[in-house]
Amino acid sequence: MVGSAKSLARNILGPRSGTHLLLYLFLIGASLVMLFPFMWMLSSSFKPDKEIFEFPIQWIPQNLHPENYVRVWNTIHYGRLLFNTSFLTVMITALQILTCTLAGYAFAKIPFPENRIVFLCYLATLMVPFQVVMIPQFTIIRLLGLMNSHWAIILIQAFSPFGVFMMRQFFLNIPIELSEAARIDGLNELGIYARIILPLSKPAIASLAIFTSVFVWNDFLTPLIYLNTAAKWTIQLGLRSMFAEYTADYGGVMAGAVLAILPVLVVFLLLQRFFIEGIAMSGIKG
Amino acid sequence: MKPLRLSRNNRNRLTALGFLAPNLLGFLVFTLIPIVIGIGMSFFRWDGANDPVFIGLKNFARMFTDTKFANSLRVTLTYTLLTVPITIVLSLFIASLLTTKIRATSAFRSVFFFPYIASIVAVAIVWQFLYHAELGPINQFLHALGIANPPRWTSSKDTALLAVAIMNVWRAVGYYMVLFIAGLVGIPASLYEAGAIDGANAWQKFRHITLPMLSPTTFFVVIISIINSFQAFTPIYIMTGGGPGIATQVLVFRIYEESFVLSNFGYASAMAMALFLIVLVFTVFQFRTQEKNVAYMQ
Repeated sequence: MVGSAKSLARNILGPRSGTHLLLYLFLIGASLVMLFPFMWMLSSSFKPDKEIFEFPIQWIPQNLHPENYVRVWNTIHYGRLLFNTSFLTVMITALQILTCTLAGYAFAKIPFPENRIVFLCYLATLMVPFQVVMIPQFTIIRLLGLMNSHWAIILIQAFSPFGVFMMRQFFLNIPIELSEAARIDGLNELGIYARIILPLSKPAIASLAIFTSVFVWNDFLTPLIYLNTAAKWTIQLGLRSMFAEYTADYGGVMAGAVLAILPVLVVFLLLQRFFIEGIAMSGIKG
Repeated sequence: MKPLRLSRNNRNRLTALGFLAPNLLGFLVFTLIPIVIGIGMSFFRWDGANDPVFIGLKNFARMFTDTKFANSLRVTLTYTLLTVPITIVLSLFIASLLTTKIRATSAFRSVFFFPYIASIVAVAIVWQFLYHAELGPINQFLHALGIANPPRWTSSKDTALLAVAIMNVWRAVGYYMVLFIAGLVGIPASLYEAGAIDGANAWQKFRHITLPMLSPTTFFVVIISIINSFQAFTPIYIMTGGGPGIATQVLVFRIYEESFVLSNFGYASAMAMALFLIVLVFTVFQFRTQEKNVAYMQ
């Protein structure tokens, strides 16, 4: 399978090793372009303001200035932001995995008469842009008295139709014989779900968990709508407020940006394979 | 007492309901009902405090004479044209390079992909500094090259949208690259071998084997990238705030401003319906062309 694409490129580029060298040069050049903003951010986050815009760029600062980080930690209460963001990420991801695998199981494995029509309702909503539901969700949340509460965001994001869709597609590929054998052995539906289907679906659940948590971690619009007071803010809101208020504190804002990206980078480095395979999987099946 | 007996259908209904209930409840309250309310709200005038007033089609009529709305459509369309074609060509190109026989492909893949999952707020802020008209590294570099008047990027209304678009191409290229790699890897090698026997050259193979075999992926990528480009909000909110003037007020920015800044929830809902319609038209149009053009694997 992989050979196909390889032979394609060999045919495009020719078998000469010189083209390989060109290829590497191009890819390394392109990688540097991709990494440039991150490297500049990291380097600037350790500099005093007047050195940040020096040209040519001094990639390694003469003196490291970690006080930028200390200042960010204190001015935007980074510890609190980190706690709020982590709380939202964990709650929403856990609830999504629970409710989406349960619903996905019903759609994939239980032949109830309304299966098709209810699932079509779910599917149809995937095409609706967030802006259509944004205002009614806001009024419902206000009605429930949950404005400026983390629960507003948790409730809005915990029941993702996309997650249900993704889980159903994965469960459909698990042979029905496995469920039937388990049923003969005396397991009920909940037992089949918990002991047969879920353990076989670890890759799909891992993908859903990764996407949901990265999405919630980086989400800006939903917290912007619902969280009014700084005590409730997420990292993204805190960073943007620092950028808007401390316009001259370049080093501090850069340190804040590093702190916002760092946790995702660590998780990404640990789980690269899951990220990339997960995207490819949801992409192809979607 | 007679034991409770349920038909097979009813038993399945009951079990399914048990599994569905937690998600279905949330789905109804926070997705399905809001969609219905959203459609309804577009026929009302409502400031969020007083009672809504039914005004029929007036919100929709207003769109036709609203120059800010017309501007937001133009900006959105320009933004789509600035981002989508170049992102697709670049990501397909990189994907084909990364499916060749070279070392460290997975390292390169990770480097290209990472910007997509890095905090948009952080990334937009860093680019905003890079774009700084006088001090930013980009313009200092252009100065060093001897360009006396480099573009003022996000601070000029002529280049602000382009600046956001460039940032977004940089951010999204790795995501579509991953999708293309998955598609490329799935093309059977035997097709290229057959092509080689028939004496096809590299371009002919790309044109007559790769492109047709890749068309389901390409179709998906085109739809997703258009829909995503119609929904770009955060980078614009952070980098330009819709400005200078209204130069980067895309439709979703307009909807946000009309609802949460100006409290015109009815008119904002009507504009959201317009967005929905546009997205729907693209989806249907793409499905139609797909039926005609896409070659299926089997």
